[in-house]
Amino acid sequence: MDKGDMVPTPGVSSDTPGFDAVVVGAGPAGSAAALALARAGRSVVLVERGPFPGSKNVYGGVVYGRVLDEVVPEWWNEVPVERWVVRRSTMMMTGSQSVSVDYRSAAWGEVPYNGMTTLRSRFDNWLATKAVEAGAQLVTSTVATGLLRDAHGRIVGVRTDRDRGELRANVVVACDGVNSFLAKEAGLMPPAEASHHTLGVKEVLDLPGHVIDERFGLRRSEGVDIEMLGCTRGIPGGGFLYTNSDTVSLGVVLSLPHLAEAKVRPEELIADLKNHPSVAPYLRGATLREYAAHLIPEGGYDTMPTMVTDGMLVAGDAAAMTLAAGLWLEGVNFAIGSGLAAGRAVDRAIAAGDCSAKGLASYRSDLEGQFVLADHKRFRKAPALVLSERIQQRYPGLICDLVDGMFTVTNPVPKPGGVRLTRSVAAKHGVKLRQLAADTVRALKVFG
Amino acid sequence: MSAAGGVPGSGHEVPGGTWRGISFEDRMATVEFRVGERAHITVDSEVCRSCTTKACVTACPANLFAPTSGGGILFNYEECFECGTCYMVCNHEGAITWTYPDGGLGVVFHQG
Ligand SMILES: Cc1cc2nc3c(=O)[nH]c(=O)nc-3n(C[C@H](O)[C@H](O)[C@H](O)COP(=O)(O)OP(=O)(O)OC[C@H]3O[C@@H](n4cnc5c(N)ncnc54)[C@H](O)[C@@H]3O)c2cc1C
Ligand code: SF4
Ligand code: SF4
Repeated sequence: MDKGDMVPTPGVSSDTPGFDAVVVGAGPAGSAAALALARAGRSVVLVERGPFPGSKNVYGGVVYGRVLDEVVPEWWNEVPVERWVVRRSTMMMTGSQSVSVDYRSAAWGEVPYNGMTTLRSRFDNWLATKAVEAGAQLVTSTVATGLLRDAHGRIVGVRTDRDRGELRANVVVACDGVNSFLAKEAGLMPPAEASHHTLGVKEVLDLPGHVIDERFGLRRSEGVDIEMLGCTRGIPGGGFLYTNSDTVSLGVVLSLPHLAEAKVRPEELIADLKNHPSVAPYLRGATLREYAAHLIPEGGYDTMPTMVTDGMLVAGDAAAMTLAAGLWLEGVNFAIGSGLAAGRAVDRAIAAGDCSAKGLASYRSDLEGQFVLADHKRFRKAPALVLSERIQQRYPGLICDLVDGMFTVTNPVPKPGGVRLTRSVAAKHGVKLRQLAADTVRALKVFG
Repeated sequence: MSAAGGVPGSGHEVPGGTWRGISFEDRMATVEFRVGERAHITVDSEVCRSCTTKACVTACPANLFAPTSGGGILFNYEECFECGTCYMVCNHEGAITWTYPDGGLGVVFHQG
């Protein structure tokens, strides 16, 4: 597809829409949208540029599965899970120290579970199969190269890179992910802004399942999720480690403009992490299975595009719906939630005979009424706080030194008092106690 | 640890237990690419000559941007993750023309 192909085709006649809807992208958002439409009895085609659903997709990753209740009852019996996350840890680190907040819950290992590690080549394929079973038509290895418009400029389908590859429909559901060229072409999204994006680079490492069990204190299907702060040489972001059945996923997420400015190569930061004294013992003997990279829209609520226009709506990462409320990312659940809502809205619009922006507007109100936009609105200031200079560059070291000061036995020198210790450690890291208090209040406001 | 016996050979790990030893070639050899004939991304080296940041060179996770002695950029599209980092960090209008590879081609992740 050339840039020239992206120009709307003028004067395409609006007669005979081939489908009720064409959904672009068989990621979680697209498959959920196609599923909702097919279940409502609508004709829907699901277009995916990869050879199979999931083949272009990369995440951490943990899927928080409760949103699947609406997709399949007792989904946990059939979803392609690697491990159920029962332990979740946040590690604040310097080059040689780490402090972890480690939470473990037996309940997370039981139905309906809290989170699961799974790989996208399997998970996305499973979800797309659900849509196909419901009656959606999946077309893989096909790129939607641009929008089709009628004489009035209304969107009436997409062009693809197949021969005679025009797909006409009442509505286009753009679920084409973080770079969404369709949302940009429709004028819903401003040109890409690097500062609203992070780059994730990931290594999947082979490690036998029983070794993972022993090293991480897990049994059989139990998994752990570790998020790390302070391991990215001051580039705003963080690290992650997730256990799969017989692999470990490990990587870093990095603010794009800061990465570019730092002139550090991303895989160097993964190497740092793997060599860290708190991480290296977990990985001893592990070998690289696959290296991968993908962008993340981390700007949150305030950077979301307009979500509907005449004949089209946008869901999932294409609408910047990844939630970065903490160091972990929730994107798949938000993509599924928004995809289902998009499918329902299109069904209602077709029933009412109005697929204009007005006819599709119930999509937005539906999202506002459920977790998708409610959570995003609530945590709208979280991305800025989590990526802020003090959280990123000063607090991990400050916390490590504070704990070091409390735990290191200094006999025969008497132990320092708590207040004196805090003040001196804070000063060493260039933080005033007043700022510490102010940041605590700010955090309570953002997350409270 | 007793379980260490079950761990496969040291593979990409170099003696001394550090991970710096993975060559970039070995790293990229773990990824499947179905390379098409059309270059889905092109770089106008003329524009790059006046670029002071050369941000793409370090940021591209696939390391596909090679600076030339003349101050330009040599780019090869073949082993690209299709991530979008390059066009987002590049602030020179017209330097990068970015599209997806044709359907079914390009990177295929199995462990994403
Ligand atoms: C490093 C990293 C870690 C993450 N960790 C987590 C995590 O642990 N948990 C979590 O829930 N989320 C996580 N996320 C976020 C999550 O991956 C996304 O939010 C989620 O994938 C969004 O789903 P989507 O369906 O909107 O988009 P995608 O999954 O990106 O799917 C878009 C689909 O559209 C297809 N496509 C794009 N353009 C076209 C076109 N023109 N024609 C045809 N097909 C097209 C693509 O091939 C793709 O299949 C992470 C993301 C990254 C990058
Ligand atoms: S591609 Fe962009 S960032 Fe890279 S050298 Fe050329 S102008 Fe600079
Ligand atoms: S899309 Fe990503 S991997 Fe491909 S050239 Fe650009 S930065 Fe590199």
